[in-house]
Amino acid sequence: MNAVKRKNLFVLLCVAPATALFFIFMLYPTFSVFRMSFFERGAYSNKESYVAFENFKVLLFDERFIRAAQNTIFLIVAVTVFTMSLALLFAFFLTRDRVFGGNFFRVVFYIPNILSVVVISGVFSAIYDAENGLLNSFLSVFGKKITVLWKGEDTVIYSLIIALVWQAVGYYMVMYMASMSAVPKSMYESASLDGASRFSEFFNITLPLIWTNLRTTLTFFIISTINMAFLFVKAMTSGGPNGASEVVLSFMYNQKDDGLYGYSMAAGVLIFIFSFLLSFAVNRVTKRRVLQF
Amino acid sequence: MKKLSLYKALIYVAFIILSITVLVPVAWVILASFKQNFEFYGNPWSLPVGLYFQNFSEAFKTAKMGEYMLSSVVVTALALALILVISLPAAYCLSRFAFWGNSVLNAFFMAGLFINVNYIVVPIFLMLRDGDNVLKEIFGSGFLLNNLFVLALVYAATALPFTIYLLSSYFAGLPHDFEEAAYIDGAGYFETMVKIMFPLAKPSIITVILFNFLSFWNEYIISMTLLSKAGGPRTLPVGLMNLMQGQQAKAQYGIMYAGLVLVMLPTLILYILVQKKLTEGMTVGGVKG
Repeated sequence: MNAVKRKNLFVLLCVAPATALFFIFMLYPTFSVFRMSFFERGAYSNKESYVAFENFKVLLFDERFIRAAQNTIFLIVAVTVFTMSLALLFAFFLTRDRVFGGNFFRVVFYIPNILSVVVISGVFSAIYDAENGLLNSFLSVFGKKITVLWKGEDTVIYSLIIALVWQAVGYYMVMYMASMSAVPKSMYESASLDGASRFSEFFNITLPLIWTNLRTTLTFFIISTINMAFLFVKAMTSGGPNGASEVVLSFMYNQKDDGLYGYSMAAGVLIFIFSFLLSFAVNRVTKRRVLQF
Repeated sequence: MKKLSLYKALIYVAFIILSITVLVPVAWVILASFKQNFEFYGNPWSLPVGLYFQNFSEAFKTAKMGEYMLSSVVVTALALALILVISLPAAYCLSRFAFWGNSVLNAFFMAGLFINVNYIVVPIFLMLRDGDNVLKEIFGSGFLLNNLFVLALVYAATALPFTIYLLSSYFAGLPHDFEEAAYIDGAGYFETMVKIMFPLAKPSIITVILFNFLSFWNEYIISMTLLSKAGGPRTLPVGLMNLMQGQQAKAQYGIMYAGLVLVMLPTLILYILVQKKLTEGMTVGGVKG
């Protein structure tokens, strides 16, 4: 066996298992999502019949789906705005000012990120419990007894937002701290000599200089919020009460439980395309000239 | 100067409030796992009257958490072993060898970063169920669903894009002198890879192990879908979720919080041990999917 053949064989042996697994368990299922959305499939047999865009047509007039789509969009916007601003501000304070115990705060804020979503749901059901919950009993300290139904139909979506932000802030804060610490100290020093406030330092120095990193994380964050919202809904509320906290992915998953596979996949296709278009749009809108430092 | 200290005070207040919202609920859950059932009907802020360890033994026995924990350990360990054995050679070759199809494969794995498992869990389930039906006709029984090894394999497969991306970018940064020296000394490709290059990539391997451990241990959607047979194997988070959803009816709070602590404790301990590596490792690969 000559040297070239030996090298090729080596490369083949190294790459083949990963490629095979990737094709079987990722590419083929992704392809299936799109293909199955055009079919109707028996709940227990694997007989399929082609229905063209029928699944999509029904979907666009399904009130439960529309509600799930609205909830998803609302969650994306609210969670992104709150998480990003809090993470950026906290990261700025921790890198810009010598905060006493800064390391402690960094370690603590990151904790939610390592917990299972199921655990977080358990923690938040202890917090949100209407009768003996931590939140209601804490609020009751200030006077009259409070029994807000935090997982009620009107409030559940806000309760979800709080849980999602709580989970994500620390992770993104640590991420931004890393990129902010690359901003040269001299920039801040000259700015403060010119009398710039912290406020203007943040907007005129820090933000523009970490913009590239911010853009990338924003794109990833939007995609991940769609997924995290699903994980939280599934473990915390099961979409209830009355569909008030249903998101598109949990809607998709529930259709699968009912054996409506084609319909379920059509919902999957829509949210898939939506998430791509949204990240693409965000990427375009946030495009700025890259600053060097 | 006066203004600055007021500003600092405000920052501290914000930080302390946020720390409290993280630490207090976590500590509360740990304390609650030692409470007896009647204590849950009183003031939630009271400390447990005693250390009621029976919650844990009940969780282990009646709620089968011990059995689930064993499944979780098996699945996580298997999936970690699989991902390392499969992704290390692949990442090494993809980043350091020029071969036919290299750039196409790299592009595929990069695209894989954007495929989230929540979208494809239903087709994976159907594929395995169809496979089981075929197996049933031939052998009389299927073994693809409700199988811990298959679950570990799916975990490893879905973690491939992120893992290969992270390892490749690390391998790509290593100088070529090491390999050249090894080849001159007469080492083969395989020997060079395993004995020279893998040890050099240790920091990135540790990062990969940490992140994948957390995601495999905490995962529950795939596990819930692929292990669905009544009385069949379960992983710990799914077992806990069933306990939580049954809990409203039976009001077994103590056991539920004991289960919660069982899921949470390994990750917390790991985090305390390696928190520096974890938060530094995040920036090795740029972004996590």
